[in-house]
Amino acid sequence: MTNLSSAPRTQTPRMRPRFGWFSDRWIAVSFLTPTMLLLLFMTVFPLIWSLYLSFTEWSVARNTREAPVWVGTQNYVDLLTNERTWERFVVTGQFVVPAVVIELVLGFAVAMLLNRKFAGRGALMTGLLIPMMLSPVVVALFWRFMMQGDGVLNYYIEAVLGVPPVQWLTGRSVALWSLVLVDVWMWTPFMMLISLAGLSAVPKYLYEAAAVYRASAWFRFRHITLPMVTPLLLIAIIFRMMDAYKLFDQAFVLFGLGGGPGRSAQTAALYIYQVAFDQFNTGEGSALGYIMLVVIIALANIFIRVLNQAKTGQ
Amino acid sequence: MLRRILFWLALALVIFYFAFPLYWIVISSFKTIADVTRATPAMLPFVDFQQTLANYSSILLGTNIESETGVQAAASLGEFRERLLNSVIISGISTALAVGMGTLAAYAFSRFRIPGEGDLLFFILSTRMLPPVVVLIPIFLFFSNLGLRDSYLGLIILYTSANVPFVVWMMKGFFDEIPLEYEEAAMVDGYSRIEAVWKIVIPEAIPAMAATAVFSAIVAWNEFVLSNLLNRNYASTVPPYLNSIVGVGQVEWGRLAAAAVLFVIPIIVFTFLVRNHLLRGVTFGAVRR
Repeated sequence: MTNLSSAPRTQTPRMRPRFGWFSDRWIAVSFLTPTMLLLLFMTVFPLIWSLYLSFTEWSVARNTREAPVWVGTQNYVDLLTNERTWERFVVTGQFVVPAVVIELVLGFAVAMLLNRKFAGRGALMTGLLIPMMLSPVVVALFWRFMMQGDGVLNYYIEAVLGVPPVQWLTGRSVALWSLVLVDVWMWTPFMMLISLAGLSAVPKYLYEAAAVYRASAWFRFRHITLPMVTPLLLIAIIFRMMDAYKLFDQAFVLFGLGGGPGRSAQTAALYIYQVAFDQFNTGEGSALGYIMLVVIIALANIFIRVLNQAKTGQ
Repeated sequence: MLRRILFWLALALVIFYFAFPLYWIVISSFKTIADVTRATPAMLPFVDFQQTLANYSSILLGTNIESETGVQAAASLGEFRERLLNSVIISGISTALAVGMGTLAAYAFSRFRIPGEGDLLFFILSTRMLPPVVVLIPIFLFFSNLGLRDSYLGLIILYTSANVPFVVWMMKGFFDEIPLEYEEAAMVDGYSRIEAVWKIVIPEAIPAMAATAVFSAIVAWNEFVLSNLLNRNYASTVPPYLNSIVGVGQVEWGRLAAAAVLFVIPIIVFTFLVRNHLLRGVTFGAVRR
């Protein structure tokens, strides 16, 4: 309970308050309406519209004058029976899973490293968090600069390691990993931040008790640290997976819509953009967008179920 | 002793990995055209290369850059200033609108009993989880028909609606932490609820609103896809502009670096200002400690 006397002091009140005729009900309605209307207009309405468009054959560039032609589920059938659609989702998975796993491991490791007192810790923390606040476009542009054939990365790889240069942006098998590298640079700080929050919340007495029983470092980590931090980490993983799944900017800047050599780095988001705004197949693009939406909802649901199981299991 | 050495060694590696790209951007922005693409990378100003402010003056003042191959035209880089101004106006106004609207809605969610409150809040959150590509097509059509493409208003509306869910969730968390007794005491003293909100609750929430505003502003400031797709020229912001310079012919990395540094400085300042709220900010208020 809060002590009433701690409330900020108010000026001498008037006998008849202004705006007294505004009932709470009225206030609730008028406070909520602008936000709800905006979101209704900018998300629900477009969602319905694109659902309709996904059942039509139409192009915003070629046949603007004509009405969209209803084709039923044709777009979905075409897309789902086309191998190339599946390839795009596989490529997306091949990017998302390694990126999130590396970010998790590296972020957690850095958090363990920083979870102690040393001089300059605060400044260092703030500095390490800068990458995720930067514009993805700027980040990707500069990695592109560094990853060029004769760029600074290759120079040091050759000069210091004596290994032949890596074709970061043009090698078929490397391109997607370059994207992972950029994403890891940008988003490991996010994992670190959340891990650190988890670590600092583990009660000290647990470790003290473990010390009394001379538990090994591995035992302390496995049976105290990890279980205490896991719930937070799962939240972090969900956030990162969702964002990585719809990632567009970095991939676009590094490889363009085509997704690099032989489409090896063309993720689903790039592909939709290409279909909808480069080839201007509006109907097909909408259908693809919906497929992407259904996939993410399904994945998120599975993941949340796992999360709840993990929570109740402990 | 060994442990301490290992600790500092590991720390040095981590710092190197995260700091090197930033260091590289900054020094590139001070290099001449010849130095920036030199085969042997020049690492240290004063030692490896002669630093110059030419890139910055070229971008900000539109002056020409001299080089061994003759005078390089200042091209259209005067555009950078216009783009920067657009970015400031659009992210500024959209942030103010999002924070204003979202704070009111958050107050209502925090203090009143609203039918279907949980569902409404989830709906608000889900709009942010949506892959933007899905709503992009209708918005593109819709903006084309209404003449909102390439206009300040169009982007402001979009960025406001992109940030409002975040503001609602963040501010609801903050309001939940302000004791109900504050307003009740004021209302017992004879204030109406509107007055209590305006004179008691909002002043209490100002620091939280400021932190929320900073996060929203960074999102709008960094946004690329919408601005790239919907703008041709007039209302275009910095990120699509930076990307477009790379697309054309030989890239002038020096000037690009200078532009990127200027564009990024406000974000670094802002990050520093909200460093204590970062955890909350990046998790939609889900994690509070």
